[in-house]
Amino acid sequence: MHKENFEITLENISKIEGHADLDIKVKEGLVEDVRLRITENKRFFTEAVRGKPAKAVHQIVSRICGTCSIAHLTACIETVEDIYGHEPSEQTLLLRHLLLYGLNIRDHAMHLYLFCLPDLFGKDSILDFPDDDSYEHELVHRALDVKSTGNKLSIIVGGRAVHSPFPVVGGWIKVPKKEELKALIPELKKARTDAMEFVKIFYDCQFKLDNPNNEYIALKNDDFSYLGKQLCSTEKYCIPKEQFVSHLEQKVIPYSQALGFHFSGKPYIVGALARMNLNGNSMHAQTRKDLEEYMKVFPSSNIFHNNLAQAIEIVNCIDRAIELIEKYEEKPEKPPVLLKPVKQEGIGVIEAPRGTLYYHLKVDEIGKITYANLVIPTAQNQIMIERNSGRIVQACLDQEKGKEIIQHEIEKLIRAYDPCMSCATHFLKINWKERE
Amino acid sequence: MGEKLSIGWFTFTCCEDSSILFVELLNDHFFEWKKKIEFKHCKMLKTKNVMGPFDVAFIEGAISNDEEANEAKKIRSLSKKVIAIGSCACSGSPSNQRNYFSPEQKARIAPLLEKFKLFGEVKRLDQVITIDGRVDGCPMDEKKFLEVLNTLLEEVKE
Repeated sequence: MHKENFEITLENISKIEGHADLDIKVKEGLVEDVRLRITENKRFFTEAVRGKPAKAVHQIVSRICGTCSIAHLTACIETVEDIYGHEPSEQTLLLRHLLLYGLNIRDHAMHLYLFCLPDLFGKDSILDFPDDDSYEHELVHRALDVKSTGNKLSIIVGGRAVHSPFPVVGGWIKVPKKEELKALIPELKKARTDAMEFVKIFYDCQFKLDNPNNEYIALKNDDFSYLGKQLCSTEKYCIPKEQFVSHLEQKVIPYSQALGFHFSGKPYIVGALARMNLNGNSMHAQTRKDLEEYMKVFPSSNIFHNNLAQAIEIVNCIDRAIELIEKYEEKPEKPPVLLKPVKQEGIGVIEAPRGTLYYHLKVDEIGKITYANLVIPTAQNQIMIERNSGRIVQACLDQEKGKEIIQHEIEKLIRAYDPCMSCATHFLKINWKERE
Repeated sequence: MGEKLSIGWFTFTCCEDSSILFVELLNDHFFEWKKKIEFKHCKMLKTKNVMGPFDVAFIEGAISNDEEANEAKKIRSLSKKVIAIGSCACSGSPSNQRNYFSPEQKARIAPLLEKFKLFGEVKRLDQVITIDGRVDGCPMDEKKFLEVLNTLLEEVKE
């Protein structure tokens, strides 16, 4: 074991969304301190929406994050519909599911194939994959094709894959053409074949960091979609989603621009691994049939299985999307004019690609926002990312690995959580005190 | 084939929506661009980045503090051309929404501005460095970006 003292600083960690640094202090061969500093500068969205009409703010909060804008938009719309007492039509719900499936295909594909895949092949970047007719070259084609299919699905359903203009409070301002969606089915089927290949690759990946006592939290439903009414924990209990925030304790992390969270007094993990651990049995029957062998590893406490869970989710999203497209009838839709809030506050909870996303908005009597509280997946995972970074460094030190390897191992681990720093730093929080 | 166009892609205060769009453009252009472009610095795609010199730097995002301003100046000094990407870099908005807060709202965020050494007002990129071109939009206008990039690729061949 190294008995030396040293510090590692990873500045501007690469192949993640947004900006974060990590500082690790080692004293006499033992990790003494780990600090994940989310350095993304605050943009004060929760303050900015105050005084704005609730019915219009989904397009503002969409700008919290470029990659998961659809998740913010959908959670916000759900919250405002709660305030106005509006139940969306069956078709709107179908389109919302489709939009979220498109988002998750595209977003997971970007994370897995562009950010993580090079690590599996001992390369720095997808740009380093060969230009010949090798298997590795073929993989790049497949990766881009899957990502492109998710992108196209989002564009057809939402009008755009980023900051989609078609979904609004109450419904859809322009519904997609049935024939346009149906024309995408062959491409979805081709993407499914490619996505299956990547499931095998991430299943065969030997990266491992076990965390046996971790708690995982996600929305639980009977169709493995990204919408639902109750949140469950691997600690074997479920709560209505409205109660989520009452179980949370904010943890101010003085050196980070994002808050951390505890759930019922403990740190926890959200995201694809949590969803798979809690809800894998509710995946599409075809997905379960074709991926049965790979799904046996769940529930898993290996954080690198978050990548495998995302790879499997892509296949499930494709299967669900094809099923919904086949059902879709393209009825004319005109979102209702919602005149008066029926209550002064609303809650919306969805599963964003990186985990549970919680919106709580309060309004005045004419529907202008007076308060906004958002709980973001990456902020919820922040404490465990930090803690496990320390554990992986200690494991490397124990195996006498060099600093360059240690840095690479930390980056691989952080990428496995698929953090999104843009999302994590929207908060207004002034109570600066040291984390316990 | 002539020389490759050496590029850097950077982001400051923003939601990185234009970076996402850039990554989505790779779906159709990856193999073509790989032949024509040297991705010297692109944190979304690689870890081993080289800080210039660049034929062109694309910068997304507004400027919120000295750290970002100094980094933008450094990129400028290493780049023949700098293109502002997306609404936050081009107009400051929506990352500059706090510039328009009420006095009460500004008072509420003041401790955070101090804590993280953020500017009192968020700036557009051209308030900090000279730019040679811009691609507006939130996210950036895809067609305009391709137009700008293709012009740059033509120039490097000459």
